[in-house]
Amino acid sequence: MANTAAFCTQAKADLMNGLHAFGASVIRAATTKDAYKAALYLTTATKDATATVYNTTGEVSGTGYVAGGVAVTTGTAPATSGTTAYFTPSASIVYTDVTLATAFDAVLIYNDTSATKLALSVHTFGSQTITAGTLTLTMPVNDATTGLMRIS
Amino acid sequence: MITTTKGLMDEALLDKKTGSVDNDNESTTWVEYWLEGELVHRSAHVTLKRPVTAFGETASLGD
Repeated sequence: MANTAAFCTQAKADLMNGLHAFGASVIRAATTKDAYKAALYLTTATKDATATVYNTTGEVSGTGYVAGGVAVTTGTAPATSGTTAYFTPSASIVYTDVTLATAFDAVLIYNDTSATKLALSVHTFGSQTITAGTLTLTMPVNDATTGLMRIS
Repeated sequence: MITTTKGLMDEALLDKKTGSVDNDNESTTWVEYWLEGELVHRSAHVTLKRPVTAFGETASLGD
């Protein structure tokens, strides 16, 4: 059992089908960008590129944590440089005043606007617990080299 | 004052422990506060380093 960092395979197809929108999009239900959320997963979970939608299997639980996680700030639209398109959330993802006693090591970013909560990406880090504290996930520099999500 | 499992407490009354890890995947720091051998606060700050990348490819037509 392990989590694996990945740009979810289904999300690649979903991008092609216009099911994700970090910035203004074509007419769907609305032209506004979609809302994204970030959910944490236990070290015993198996989140990887095969994730298709958000679900609670293996998700952390504890005081102050609401199933589904927290909102992801998408203030900066996707950009391109050379042949690479990239996107990075425009603010840190913060879980404030939580107690997560069981070790976790992954975060799933998913489309909270979509009816089925389409999975976008999985990011892993060293095993952590939080006790009456705050978990802060800070984003890398948003460019074609280090941007959190890239299609090249 | 910091949040603990026992409510807000004066940091000066607690034992503080910190740690960090820095590798290709992340740069992480954490801080713990202990009261008489009991962990009462732990926070972590993870900076993600490794992007997830998809490689777009197109097939040749007519091959």
